[in-house]
Amino acid sequence: MSNIENVSRRNLLKGVVASGFLLGTSVAGWSPVSQAVAEPAAFMPNLFVAIAPSGQVTVVVSRSEMGTGIRTSLAMVLADELDADWKDVHVMQAQGDAKYGDQNTDGSKSVRLLLNTMREAGATARQMLLTVAAQRWNVAASACHTEAGAVVLGTNGKRLRYGELADAAARLPVPPAGSVHLKERAEWRYIGKSLPIVDLDDIVQGSAVYGIDVTLPGMKHASIERPPSYGGRVKSYDATEALKVPGVEHVVEIPATPLPSGFLPLGGVAVVATNTWAAMQGRQKLQVQWETGPNADYDTTGYRAALEATAKQPGKVARQNGDLDHALQTASKRISADYFVPHLAHAMMEPEASTATFADGVCTAWTATQNPQQARATVAQFLGIGQSAVTINITLLGGGFGRKSKPDYVAEAAFLARSVGAPVKVTWTREDDIAHDYYHAIAAQHLEGGLDTDGKAVAWLHRTVFPSIGSTFTADTVYGSAGELSQGVVDMPFAIPNVRCENGRAEAHVRIGWYRSVYNIPHAFAVGSFVDELAAAAGKDPTQFLLSLLGEPRKLDPRLLGSGYANYGASLDEYPIDIGRMRNVVLLLAAARSGWGSPLPARHGRGIAVHRSFLSYVAAVAHVAVATDGTVTVPRIDLAVDCGMVVHPDRVAAQFEGAAVMGLGNTLFSSVTFKQGTAEQSNFGDYQVARIDATPETHVYVVRSDAPPGGVGEPGVPPVSAAICNAIFSAVGRRVRALPVDPGELKAA
Amino acid sequence: MTDITVNGVRHSLDADSAMPLLWALRDLLGLHGTKFGCGIGACGACTIHLDGQAVRSCITTLQDAGGKQVLTIEGLGMEKEHPVQSAWKAGNVPQCGYCQPGQIMQAAALLQQTPKPTDQQIVDAMSGNICRCGTYQRIKAAIRAAAGETA
Repeated sequence: MSNIENVSRRNLLKGVVASGFLLGTSVAGWSPVSQAVAEPAAFMPNLFVAIAPSGQVTVVVSRSEMGTGIRTSLAMVLADELDADWKDVHVMQAQGDAKYGDQNTDGSKSVRLLLNTMREAGATARQMLLTVAAQRWNVAASACHTEAGAVVLGTNGKRLRYGELADAAARLPVPPAGSVHLKERAEWRYIGKSLPIVDLDDIVQGSAVYGIDVTLPGMKHASIERPPSYGGRVKSYDATEALKVPGVEHVVEIPATPLPSGFLPLGGVAVVATNTWAAMQGRQKLQVQWETGPNADYDTTGYRAALEATAKQPGKVARQNGDLDHALQTASKRISADYFVPHLAHAMMEPEASTATFADGVCTAWTATQNPQQARATVAQFLGIGQSAVTINITLLGGGFGRKSKPDYVAEAAFLARSVGAPVKVTWTREDDIAHDYYHAIAAQHLEGGLDTDGKAVAWLHRTVFPSIGSTFTADTVYGSAGELSQGVVDMPFAIPNVRCENGRAEAHVRIGWYRSVYNIPHAFAVGSFVDELAAAAGKDPTQFLLSLLGEPRKLDPRLLGSGYANYGASLDEYPIDIGRMRNVVLLLAAARSGWGSPLPARHGRGIAVHRSFLSYVAAVAHVAVATDGTVTVPRIDLAVDCGMVVHPDRVAAQFEGAAVMGLGNTLFSSVTFKQGTAEQSNFGDYQVARIDATPETHVYVVRSDAPPGGVGEPGVPPVSAAICNAIFSAVGRRVRALPVDPGELKAA
Repeated sequence: MTDITVNGVRHSLDADSAMPLLWALRDLLGLHGTKFGCGIGACGACTIHLDGQAVRSCITTLQDAGGKQVLTIEGLGMEKEHPVQSAWKAGNVPQCGYCQPGQIMQAAALLQQTPKPTDQQIVDAMSGNICRCGTYQRIKAAIRAAAGETA
């Protein structure tokens, strides 16, 4: 890693002994939100590890915990190279600070980005401790080794605990980056093991601290009425009745942000009270007149029709191989299909919540954010102060799924804290969350394919039309970005000689944002479904057809993809599109383990899909049952996964189990529609998500791999929709081309 | 003034008797283990026990709880870890963990009333509790395991 410096200061870390909340503390850049105790450290050779004289090892985790187990996994990596005793390891959450590098916990990349950093951070500390011990014993360093929190001399049994060496180690120069010895894989003691997550006890006891749980002395609670449509603003308001509600103390207007609003708040009127309930009650008594703004006519029924019409017309070409038009014209069989995916809301269980103080020009926030540095920048921008005057402390996140990478709610709390001169917690209601999300993009797609006389695919046209996430940040963005088109469009992996991928124009009328696996959701649904349609047209078994369509195991020639292929920010040398992993590893594994081809009862079926996203390969087989009234149930999902090397097998499996459920919910239940600029759904009564009664028996097979780590949080979601819909076709012979599945279309004749 | 007993401790609360118990627990008593998820009794994150019954504290008023025994996640394992909590740990159920106090309270009430639930009884009892991380499969397994323990 670059920039290792010895930041040990014996006194610097005093005061980090945190019991409950430490207010206004920014010592060493750790978030004072847990109730656990970090002892004053004697030795801190870099940003990520500190060792106390007692032997306590503090690992600083710079990525946000929203359920992936990252606080545990990164600590395991560092503890492994340090040869720490896991019992001594204590995790602290970094604050939002550029010194930690990329902290945006998004894009399924925490392990990928930090594996080597954490290994090197641990190994550096270990080497320094070992050097001190060798000096103390007056022997060569090579005569010593480390084990479970101690340096041991040869075989004579002499040992010095790390805590005993910490003081002296702090006086050594830090070895230069890249110079320390890293373990061989066979020597790893924690990487690859499924240790209980570090927050497990707190979670089951109800003492884990999320953003919504932060409490400060004298804190007020706020509930905010926001514009009914995107770009609306307050014309006038009457707070008289609201202020009569017992407990209500202030009514404050929050200024609207000109469109596109980016990460900044939408504006509105806040009711600030002594408790959350009073704030909500007061808000109901507000009389607000709105200027409706430019999106007050947004209607998804009409918008969908417009997207679908656009998808019928040629668009901007994003990838082109061979001569598609000729191949389609001369194909022995030609088919086409149109697919639709609606807006989705993240609806993470913990709604947006943030707490802030503001005093003497300085703002301190406590919040559940995936994107701490952006939160810092957004608060600074909204308050018109410098970033150095903003401190972002990060709690646990009660789910994120991409919503919590947008810190509008953090800026709201900061603004209100300054306005009322007291600490303020902003708590969004579920209705606020559904009404003011950064929605997953609605999308229409048109695909055409051609088969030759042997049933081999020779032509592939994929046209996708969706509002870009870029529209949330940059005015007049009407086409998808290269990164968005790299999520399941231009990275089409099949061995088809004539290909064209196009993107049509679409304007956004709401905030569009990242939602777990992002544009892979519509694209993997359409691509995975259309492949199944081609297989049916060719009269072939879908798995056999997919195997031949993928072709020979090989690394996809990047020149086929065009110049815009983003590859999730990774190099294609290190992370190629490896058809062998897709075909011979995950596809064949999923087919074999799921019982592909074995008999099923009437109106049951299996469907298969395979997709690479976030540098990982996943094949899904869904077993579906369609009742005579059209109700779809999914008794079983099998997911075969190649995500490269694995730090924590159980947490990886858990992410894929969860992805199966979320993918199922996206497929069968979830949809946000708009009328007159306003979401028609408001809470879990009408925004349906998967519940336990819809949960399939899920089997996850993670293959052993020495490849560099790919993503884990998101890649399980994309292939699920196509697998389920292909299974529906197998069960009842009807194609589902629009999500969520409409059971009315699947009734027995 | 409303008198409620929470985890065995009696409190006199000077608050609107229409205030949902959820907000009284969280904002007035500082018991944050009970979570807000929807406010309409549709997600189960706020599940607590009222005289032994699992209820949604977001739609239970202070008045409803007056004179009754309220048990929250903080009180469930106060003396000894509850078998449901142990099973949750053994099965590594939580991901983000936010809904889990509500899930655990719901499961504990189920096993109180039905010590050996069938799979269908588990699903029926737990269908009001949403987990967006999708830990349902492990929740089912943990309840089965806890049922074995409590037998």
